[in-house]
Amino acid sequence: MPSIAKPRIPLAPLVHNELGLTIRDYEGAMSTLCAGCGHDSVTAAISLAFFELSIRPRDIAKLSGIGCSSKTPTYFINGAHGFNSAHGRMAAIATGAVAAHRGLHYIGVSGDGDSLSIGLGHLSHAIRRNIDMTYIIENNGVYGLTKGQVSPSADVGSRPKKGDPNVVPPIDPMELGLAIGATFLARGFSGDKDQLVPLIKAAVAHRGFALLDVISPCVSFNDHEGSTKSYRFFREHEVHEIEADYVPQRAEIRSKISADSARAVTMHDGSVMYFRALPEGYDPTNRLTVESYLAERKAAGEVPTGLLYVKENAPDLHDMSGTIAQPLVEVSHRDLCPGSEALAQLQRAFR
Amino acid sequence: MTTSPGVNDFALKLANVNGTGSASANGLLMQSIFRMGVPVSGKNLFPSNIQGLPTWYEIRVNGEGHTARSLEYHLMVAMNAQTYAQDVAAVARGGYVLYDSTWPLDDELIREDVHYLGVPLAAMCRDNFTKNRERILMKNVAYAGALVALLDIDLDIVSNLLAETFAKNEALRESNQRALRLGHDYATSHFTCPLPFRVETRDANRDAILVDGNTAVALGCLYAGATVVGWYPITPATAVMDNFIGFCKRYRRVEVAPGEWENNYCVIQAEDEIAAIGMVLGASWAGARAFTSTSGPGISLMNELLGLAYYTEIPAVVVDVQRVGPSTGMPTRTQQGDLLLCAYASHGDTRHIVVIPADPHEAFEFAVAAFDLAERFQTPVFVLSDLDIGMNDWIVPSLTWDDSFVPDRGRVVNDEDLATMREFFRYAGEDEDHVTARTLPGSDEKGAYFIRGSGHDQFGRYTEDSAAYLQVVDRLRAKHAASADHVPAPIIETRPGARVGLVTMGSCDRAVREAIEMLAERGIECDYMRVRAFPFPSSVSDFVTSHDTCFVIEQNRDAQLKSLMAIELSLAPDSMISVLDYGGFPLSASTVVDAVTSHLEVH
Ligand SMILES: Cc1ncc(C[n+]2csc(CCOP(=O)(O)OP(=O)(O)O)c2C)c(N)n1
Ligand code: SF4
Ligand SMILES: [Mg+2]
Repeated sequence: MPSIAKPRIPLAPLVHNELGLTIRDYEGAMSTLCAGCGHDSVTAAISLAFFELSIRPRDIAKLSGIGCSSKTPTYFINGAHGFNSAHGRMAAIATGAVAAHRGLHYIGVSGDGDSLSIGLGHLSHAIRRNIDMTYIIENNGVYGLTKGQVSPSADVGSRPKKGDPNVVPPIDPMELGLAIGATFLARGFSGDKDQLVPLIKAAVAHRGFALLDVISPCVSFNDHEGSTKSYRFFREHEVHEIEADYVPQRAEIRSKISADSARAVTMHDGSVMYFRALPEGYDPTNRLTVESYLAERKAAGEVPTGLLYVKENAPDLHDMSGTIAQPLVEVSHRDLCPGSEALAQLQRAFR
Repeated sequence: MTTSPGVNDFALKLANVNGTGSASANGLLMQSIFRMGVPVSGKNLFPSNIQGLPTWYEIRVNGEGHTARSLEYHLMVAMNAQTYAQDVAAVARGGYVLYDSTWPLDDELIREDVHYLGVPLAAMCRDNFTKNRERILMKNVAYAGALVALLDIDLDIVSNLLAETFAKNEALRESNQRALRLGHDYATSHFTCPLPFRVETRDANRDAILVDGNTAVALGCLYAGATVVGWYPITPATAVMDNFIGFCKRYRRVEVAPGEWENNYCVIQAEDEIAAIGMVLGASWAGARAFTSTSGPGISLMNELLGLAYYTEIPAVVVDVQRVGPSTGMPTRTQQGDLLLCAYASHGDTRHIVVIPADPHEAFEFAVAAFDLAERFQTPVFVLSDLDIGMNDWIVPSLTWDDSFVPDRGRVVNDEDLATMREFFRYAGEDEDHVTARTLPGSDEKGAYFIRGSGHDQFGRYTEDSAAYLQVVDRLRAKHAASADHVPAPIIETRPGARVGLVTMGSCDRAVREAIEMLAERGIECDYMRVRAFPFPSSVSDFVTSHDTCFVIEQNRDAQLKSLMAIELSLAPDSMISVLDYGGFPLSASTVVDAVTSHLEVH
């Protein structure tokens, strides 16, 4: 149900994915964000990633918190159910949904304020529980929707449009994730679709909590000289190093990264994620080297992007809880209710 | 008001130190009397502490079935030197004090008008047991043994109970039996047993069970088919989850391959209560039956998401085992202080369904009903229990289950339905109860919709348009009102010629019923109404308007039930008189009788 009808005139002949669907089938309502907002580019990348993965829209569930970023799930994949929840609470709500219905692909979209201040607790615990979902932080270093307050991801010294430079050290979601046992950590840039789309695809394929920190500049409140989350700053300081591509098991699509110079990680479903690390010897499956690498780059004032860390085959919420393979929502009441005889029997202990 | 105790009519109080193992000995006495077929109640008045503070247990035996808390103690078991003075002072004139005579009692503890029964418990246990821990624990079983003799409790029943409890532990079974005999033999050889008041076998409990409300609520959730739970530990609600998990381990395991078991439930201990209710909403949105249980502080935290659930119409079941507020309050004391909080939880115009059980039996039934109501009306439903119901053992009729029960999942449109529809809109097409149909994630794409807590129109689209907004919130109000015909109706009992009405809710039930009989003996006939849910069915206001005088009896300071009735039923607040008892202990009939008679005398 788009709130504003979108002109549906294809500019070029539309490509079909394995399901025979076109990219149009992965689009949503017309965005109402500011022209040039990084979030809109992320929206486009999400649509494209799911299109290319050939996942049925009905098998996707979209969730978000509150903020400009959290508005975006309505701008992609109309055919998927969506839940624009409350400020900071998306991770908790997603946890319940994943617990109830493990048969869907969950994609959560949040902001740096939503995830790193009000929702930091829920995010951390969703990471610990390794909820099987893709969680994107559209990180602009600012509270966009409430008009430009400094956010917990703003770098020290970075200046909001109004007010004084930030003096409080930021929370880096990648460092946080590493510290508390995240199983998939990647950073992208809204302005680099070629890198972002494969990262999202890999995140979706990952079984467990895939955290994607996407630098996504806010053109209205944080895209000026002095902001470290501006297009310009990011283009100058990004070290685009750990390239990744995702190749589903079923298709022999050639990875953009030539296979000879790349390393491969086999995902739980047999699909393969290729990545090429420019720094010699960088190993995204080795937590210790990742940690020191990130610290080094940070000290050098650089922001590495790409697949930073991955740990396949770690137990997720359902493994840890010992839940049946069938989604709980599909178990009939007949199989859930012990019945009158059991009730009579167990009450013998109450006598 | 004092009455003389007699056969199957007395109350005793046991004063202990917490963490010394008295709870099981006290429970043993209470359960033995239950097995003798005599109506009995046990109230645990315990501190918010793990070890070392005073704790009391009250047992009331009443052949007529009056098992509300009694404020008259005919026998005090004084095991806590710290509270000797207040415990001795609390005994009714002519009553008894049983104490540990290993040490002499201070002179100032001697009252002329009570009898003292000294049993050298510590000495006895020191001489008969070797381990230190055992010497402490067995003092409790020894006084229980003395009470068995003094109150004429069936020794075989007690001894069988011990055998059952320690069936798997030979050593403990033997020492418990020995301690029981020690106390019993001492009493029979040193005192005239039984005392003038005692227990005599009856057959009142044939179809009854002894159960606490937290166990019963957990069973209700199990039987209703709840699969997903988010929760955070808090007294007095924690045992709901302990029990639910225990039952799930027993009844919700599936053998997927030989010797390989998996769970068809998922219980998540959340990071806080906000997450707990968030998990419930996520799971309910996805189509599962989900619930959480908590107490007042947890409800306070859940407010924002409860409003989200109300406005976006997501079912949710929230069990609130009330304790004393405000703030941390007194976590181990009982109160009914969350009624208004639950009825109107969250900002903006919100109103919820609240069901209010009186005892564990209703707690079981209302828990089941709560899931049906939540899904039928697509809204949060509170099961408003309290510490007295939740944590004390009650004698209630056995729980029964109808195997033909089919859960009411409410209006859910599936793919087949969608195939016959041109379009689906989440908040359009209301039924006679103003409920619209929902689809579940994973449905055919035609049924996909976007939930938002921001302003939305009947099509589920974002709106800032007044008319479109009003259409939705006005329907929500009508929907809530319509649920009044589906929630548990009030219990109303009339007496010929009564012009006075006593209105109450929840665990006050037994005390108020007893008060009605006591008042009748004094020539004051009263009708009875126990409100069992919000919104109120019309019979609630009919009851109030048809009586000259109505007392509203509840356990909070601010007359929350009376206020809610006044606001919702447009009753003049001064048309009802409040009887408020909110010090943290279960209500007793004498409190009600005193309040009613003193008001009627003045007016
Ligand atoms: C409980 C609560 N407090 C405050 C707000 C106001 N609020 C809305 S969005 C927002 C910050 C959003 O920042 P971020 O998550 O970074 O998203 P962005 O708009 O930058 O994409 C705040 C504080 C709210 N909606 N709810
Ligand atoms: S305010 Fe900033 S974050 Fe929000 S839509 Fe505009 S550019 Fe994007
Ligand atoms: Mg932001």
